[in-house]
Amino acid sequence: MPQIAQLAETWSSQVFWLLVFFGITFFVIGRGMVPKVMETVAQRDGQIAADLAAAKAARDAADAEEEAWRVRENENRAAAQAIVAKAKDEAAAKSESKLKAAQSRLDKKLAEAETRIAEARTAALTEVESVAIEAAQDIVARLAGAKVTKPAAAKAVKEAMNHG
Amino acid sequence: MVAEQAKVDPMHQFTIEPLAGSGGWEIAGYNIAFTNSALWMLITTVVLFIFVLGGMKRELVPGRWQMTVETFTGFIDNMLEANIGKAGRKYVPYVFSLFMFILFANILGLMPLGVIGLHPFTFTSHFTVTGVLAIISFAIVLLVGFWKHGLHFFSLFVPHGTPLPMIPIIAPIEFISFMVRPFSLGLRLFVAMMAGHVLLEVLSSFVIDGTNAGILWSGVVGLPSFLLMIGICALELLVAGIQAYVFALLTSLYINDAENLH
Repeated sequence: MPQIAQLAETWSSQVFWLLVFFGITFFVIGRGMVPKVMETVAQRDGQIAADLAAAKAARDAADAEEEAWRVRENENRAAAQAIVAKAKDEAAAKSESKLKAAQSRLDKKLAEAETRIAEARTAALTEVESVAIEAAQDIVARLAGAKVTKPAAAKAVKEAMNHG
Repeated sequence: MVAEQAKVDPMHQFTIEPLAGSGGWEIAGYNIAFTNSALWMLITTVVLFIFVLGGMKRELVPGRWQMTVETFTGFIDNMLEANIGKAGRKYVPYVFSLFMFILFANILGLMPLGVIGLHPFTFTSHFTVTGVLAIISFAIVLLVGFWKHGLHFFSLFVPHGTPLPMIPIIAPIEFISFMVRPFSLGLRLFVAMMAGHVLLEVLSSFVIDGTNAGILWSGVVGLPSFLLMIGICALELLVAGIQAYVFALLTSLYINDAENLH
């Protein structure tokens, strides 16, 4: 077993060179390079975390924006609907008042026409009466030779007309 | 091999040889020959450096290589955070170095480089190496423990809720189990790596000797051994990863003791 057989002659060189090369490994690689490698890893992890946070923030912002837009949209829609309803109401009221005005105008015209008709009828009736009176006087004078006064004739005509 | 009487010595692969006449190098009387073991530590360090360098592109969207390196650092980071908590992050450089150094050493030692004439040397199969790594880990535990808790660190040897009369019995047991840690840490890796390599070497000697002994023995011994070797190779790759993981995991658990005391 050379490990034991050569121990006396080689141990110092083994220890010496191990300390030299392990020392180089520790100070150059372990102390010098490994922290930089780990720093890179930490940097990357930080970058990833930051990117994720940024993405999350952006998504939240987008969500908030969308929510705000939705609210605004709903408000706008409600406002539009209110405007439409108002316009409808106004139009309805206007047409109603117009209709009312037209109706009243028609009513007035109708009433006027009716009174005119009534007037015309009474006028016509009185004319008919006077004609009838004159006719009655004439008939009486021709048939009976008697002269009938106008009031008497009028009275008789009225009676006859009332009887129909 | 055939010229050398086809004698395969399964332990020969662990022999340490000074390279290029460096056998006489000394510092303060201690031999520091640049051996094949040191060469493979150098290769491990360079390969690991290149591997981690490929993960230093610092791109926001990582490529495959960068992703792989980041997976390893993330793995160590998670392990320390799971075992120690937030305070564990400051041990990432050490535990990462430890884990990757052992992992790369284990895997490089298994590479079939003998095909192109190189001889891989698994320095983690030497307890001089694993022992030093274990002692470093243990020293960190002691330093952190006494630094953070002072003498109160000794209460580690008295588990929570121990009845007062039991303390004189429990404390020495806890102390011994604590002191055994560096040995178990170092020996576990050394034994696992050495056993695997010996097994592979023995099986390969069966393949070679069986094949050399003729068609019959090649069919009865050589071929089954070869098939078994393929499986054992896969197993050894697994063991290479597991042992590196166990070393790093136990180190982090021991550091947790020092960091959080109970």
